Amino acid sequence: MAVMSYIDAINLALHEEMERDENVFVLGEDVGVRGGVFLATKGLFDKFGENRVIDTPLAESAIVGVGIGAAMYGTRPVAEIQFVDFILPAVNQIVSEAAKTRYRSNNDWSVPMTIRAPYGGGVHGALYHSQSLEGLFSGTPGLKIVMPSTPYDAKGLLKAAIRDNDPVLFLEHKRAYRLIKGEVPEEDYTIPIDKAEVKRQGEDVTVITYGLAVHFALEAANNLEKEGISTHILDLRTVYPLDQQAIIDAASKTGKVLLVTEDNKEGSVIGEVAAIIGEHCLFELDAPIARLAGPDVPSMPYAPPMEKFFMINPDKIEKAIRELAEY
Amino acid sequence: MGTSKSILASLTSEKAKWMYRKMVEIREFEEMVHDIFAKGELPGFVHLYAGEEAVAVGVCAHLTDQDSITSTHRGHGHCIAKGCDLDGMMAEIYGKSTGLCKGKGGSMHIADIEKGMLGANGIVGGGFPLAVGAGLTAKVKKTDHVAVCFFGDGANNHGTFHEGINMAAIWNLPVIFVAENNGYGEASTFEYASSCTNIADRAAGYNIPGEIVDGKDLLAVYEAAERAVKRARNGEGPTLIECKTYRDYGHFEGDAQTYKNDKEKVEQRDHNDCIKRFKDYALANNLATKEDLDAIEDSVKKAIEHSVKFGEESPLPDASELTKDVYVSYE
Repeated sequence: MAVMSYIDAINLALHEEMERDENVFVLGEDVGVRGGVFLATKGLFDKFGENRVIDTPLAESAIVGVGIGAAMYGTRPVAEIQFVDFILPAVNQIVSEAAKTRYRSNNDWSVPMTIRAPYGGGVHGALYHSQSLEGLFSGTPGLKIVMPSTPYDAKGLLKAAIRDNDPVLFLEHKRAYRLIKGEVPEEDYTIPIDKAEVKRQGEDVTVITYGLAVHFALEAANNLEKEGISTHILDLRTVYPLDQQAIIDAASKTGKVLLVTEDNKEGSVIGEVAAIIGEHCLFELDAPIARLAGPDVPSMPYAPPMEKFFMINPDKIEKAIRELAEY
Repeated sequence: MGTSKSILASLTSEKAKWMYRKMVEIREFEEMVHDIFAKGELPGFVHLYAGEEAVAVGVCAHLTDQDSITSTHRGHGHCIAKGCDLDGMMAEIYGKSTGLCKGKGGSMHIADIEKGMLGANGIVGGGFPLAVGAGLTAKVKKTDHVAVCFFGDGANNHGTFHEGINMAAIWNLPVIFVAENNGYGEASTFEYASSCTNIADRAAGYNIPGEIVDGKDLLAVYEAAERAVKRARNGEGPTLIECKTYRDYGHFEGDAQTYKNDKEKVEQRDHNDCIKRFKDYALANNLATKEDLDAIEDSVKKAIEHSVKFGEESPLPDASELTKDVYVSYE
């Protein structure tokens, strides 16, 4: 099995799906000739040509909206939004159109579309190149939000998203692109979109998180193992709709739960995870549910000390797990 | 370089020297940022304005501190032309506590209320409605202030372009929309991404004047902006000015620019430089002496060196600054 970076896994999934199904096409800003600013779409233009790898003007609302219209006529568009921070002009198209089309048309029309966007900070991008905006879209029935943590999951989930018959917002942590490497099979496989996965078995404390923070949690768990603290880690993978049973099982396993997100704390998807645990696991809990999240400030600032303060890291997670273990 | 006599008449030596200074400030600032970025001394990424100086300076030459501008991700030139402090700007790009935004914003988000600088903007097309809002206030409050929206050719395909200009037109607002058409929206050419031949052609759809100028010719920009600002102050409504220009560097620093051709790069940098063109003109028309311009260049070099020293030596902000200014403080 080949070891590859997170972004190469994304790129491989796109190549494979475009080869497999001629209805799959890619559109976005500089995704063609240039291969995307992060090179996620590298090589596609040369292989599949300008009708299937389409450079668009800088116009996010239309990038998404055009994808929706094309998807309604039987294609499977993969729209790239260059940074998730740029997606906001397209919110109307995503929430009002893509997510509601099947429901409002009595199942006549559907939007089998994937919208890919890099999110997250720690790359010195300042306010509009660092945000986590999944919380803005969660709570939109009709839309699915997938946020893979590993190259293996990224490939399998992106392929599943492209084949899904409903719109999927596929968010990729931009710092994971080249930082995270892992084994990725070269053969075809998909991963079910609505399933969370236990990334580590443990007995004392449960961490529930997603995206890049999964790796920080794994690092923290390995350090704590030496102190005799055993950490159970659940990777949500899909943050909307949530895999409720996996959350209940993971919380019940240890009775002590730490929820981690890089998004602002209030209004983030982990608040909903906490609500599920509160509804279902009252008698299984041995400690209050703990949350570790970005501070409630408008965006990640530019100056390094503030960015560092904002970012989730293994030390913060380790400290939070230790506090729960000692509770 | 074709320039009408009326310009020469209205252009004082003092103004010419001010404009020369501002253009050189922008160029030297950007060259310095290019160097310190390459050395890895800056914590974030930057988009440089070098090559487009004549646009920001030719327009801002007609503005006061009470007039407002909105800027772009390529905003250093607009900030300098509008009078933002060089030390405060450089410190911001270093992410220091003495920066104009105390290190929170960085290169792409410099704002300065004292100078009417509504802000550089990390979002393409973000500025159109803001400038219209500033113009609406000027009209309703009957000030004679104007608002200028600087934007790139990439933004002219954004929805906010249409929404903003249409509103400014129906309400006859004192807003000047200044397109900086440098030929590229990120890595895509203007010709590929835009259905129009000229951005200014789109003005016809809004029933406002649209003017095309050589953005490398400071006086052409100056003259067009003078007319537009005058119209705006007289209550005659918005204008769209398209400045055909060229960015000397890439979309961002580190951009390999494989989408540009080398011939065009050399031609623009070496044979169509806006600063050199204006310098020649100013000397030929006795607006300044060589000694005047040399002194300006020396003084600017020192100012830029000072800004770097200031940026380097200023302290980083404390992490606790992060939670300040989320909402108004009544303390």
